[in-house]
Amino acid sequence: MNGLAVETHGLRKRFGATLAVADLSLSVRRGEVFGFLGPNGAGKTTSLKMLLGLVSPSAGRVSVLGARLGDREARARVGFLPEHFRFQDWLTGRELLRFHGRLFGIPAAELERRADRLLTRVDLADAAHRKLREYSKGMVQRIGLAQALINDPDLVFLDEPTSGLDPLGRRLVRDVIKELKARGTAVFLNSHLLGEVEATCDRVVFIQRGRTIREMALGTDAAVIEVELRLGPHDGATLAALARIAVAAPAPAADGRTVRLTVAGEDALSAIAPLLVERGVTLYEMRAGRPSLEALFLEIMGEGQRPG
Amino acid sequence: MRRLIVIAHLTLHEALRRRVLLAALIGGAAFLALYAIGFHFIVRDLAHQTRITLLERRVALNGITLAGLFAVNLLTVMSAVLLPLDTLSGEIASGSIQTLAAKPMRRAEIVLGKWLAHVAVVLGYLAVMAGGVLLVARFTADFVPPAIADGLPLMAIEAVLLVSISIAGGTRLSTVTNGMAAFGLYGIAFVGNWVEQIGTFVNNAAARNVGTVASLIMPAEALWQRAAWFMQPAIMRDLHATPFSPVSVASPAMVWWAAGYAIVAVLLAVRGFQRRQL
Repeated sequence: MNGLAVETHGLRKRFGATLAVADLSLSVRRGEVFGFLGPNGAGKTTSLKMLLGLVSPSAGRVSVLGARLGDREARARVGFLPEHFRFQDWLTGRELLRFHGRLFGIPAAELERRADRLLTRVDLADAAHRKLREYSKGMVQRIGLAQALINDPDLVFLDEPTSGLDPLGRRLVRDVIKELKARGTAVFLNSHLLGEVEATCDRVVFIQRGRTIREMALGTDAAVIEVELRLGPHDGATLAALARIAVAAPAPAADGRTVRLTVAGEDALSAIAPLLVERGVTLYEMRAGRPSLEALFLEIMGEGQRPG
Repeated sequence: MRRLIVIAHLTLHEALRRRVLLAALIGGAAFLALYAIGFHFIVRDLAHQTRITLLERRVALNGITLAGLFAVNLLTVMSAVLLPLDTLSGEIASGSIQTLAAKPMRRAEIVLGKWLAHVAVVLGYLAVMAGGVLLVARFTADFVPPAIADGLPLMAIEAVLLVSISIAGGTRLSTVTNGMAAFGLYGIAFVGNWVEQIGTFVNNAAARNVGTVASLIMPAEALWQRAAWFMQPAIMRDLHATPFSPVSVASPAMVWWAAGYAIVAVLLAVRGFQRRQL
């Protein structure tokens, strides 16, 4: 058993003439919350379906919980909340959980206990006896989340879990994800709501046209920092020196005083002021901030990207 | 296997919850009530006719009973095609199949579970309806057609065959296309069978062969003809006394062909669903 919940190499899927996923390589560690990001049509849902065995890959290697694709013992430890969540709407909330629990072979008494716990957790205990067709979109999404957790999974795939939810529902999902992480469950989160991803994920991967284009950790240590400096008179050599610290070349503004640059972390940040002092450049103001995931997303995908 | 039963159970539950069974039973009860009333008046009429022989009475009663079973056969054919029509294609279209297929079970278990449940429902329906017709004949006229133990199982095979085809189609086709295809096949069998009867009657070998080929393409109607042939006395068969006294009757080989056809349809359903990208 390796330490990875999901591992793929060169995963590819072709539907006729369409290449839905070109080359997906990623790894999700056990117990981490992993964000899967990309514009619409980037192949996120197809990738996720391949990991779940719903769609068969055209090429590439996949392992889920250390087992080959389709391994039933591994699937018994996986939970899944699909996008556009639809269920047998003539079932009640509790019946739905019972039905899905039985498919995992969970003994009846244990199943009732888990159903009670999950219904309470997703705030549907009082609606447990109502049919799903009477549920609101948000309630369906929450019962779907409960369904995904009925087997106490080691790995959960959540495809747009908050798309139908109001702010309270979104917070509930965020809290559930945090609880899962605390329990050691790996969460594979596919979401458009970058604020959600930012608040919950340890690591994200960006994909575009079915290819992994950037993988990065979120959180204080590793994330990049954007810096804005207001300087006294300075020369090109100073900018060149700053460029050596930065991950993105310094961009002097038109006023000749403001310089913006991006550095890789706090160590690089602390090196800026001494560098300027050493060169005798006056530092009037220095502002540093972490870019939002949205800004990163736009930068990585390219500004020219059209909405999918 | 346990998961197959869970799927079958859910499918039965669905038929109950969506009031499909209720609609079928209400429709069936209305049919049986009308049939019983009609039968009653015919029997009363026969009793008043003094010049009718015992044999003529028997032929008349057998004919009416077969007419009832013919209607039951048609209703069963429709149920067998329509009930399972969207059980896979509908769930594939709505995406609700995704959470099932991601569970730790074989896709074959999903297909076979659904097949089992629909076979149970359709055979139950056939039993209630055919049983109803036979009970009406028994209690209204004290009449029981011959060889029902030979005839009814053939109707059952026909029902299982059509359920299997409907489910197999659902793994590949959308609900509407599947319905058109299944009824189209049945239409070939139905028309082909009449072409065969007429061809045999006028001694036209080509027409007869057309009918045989149609029955090979879809043996459903040939099974009903054979079932009807069993459930009447020899004299009726020889005289072609009713529309249900076939001139040309399917051989036992056709029954084996139909059974093999059903098995292949189930295997194709499993294979089609295993390969389906969900």
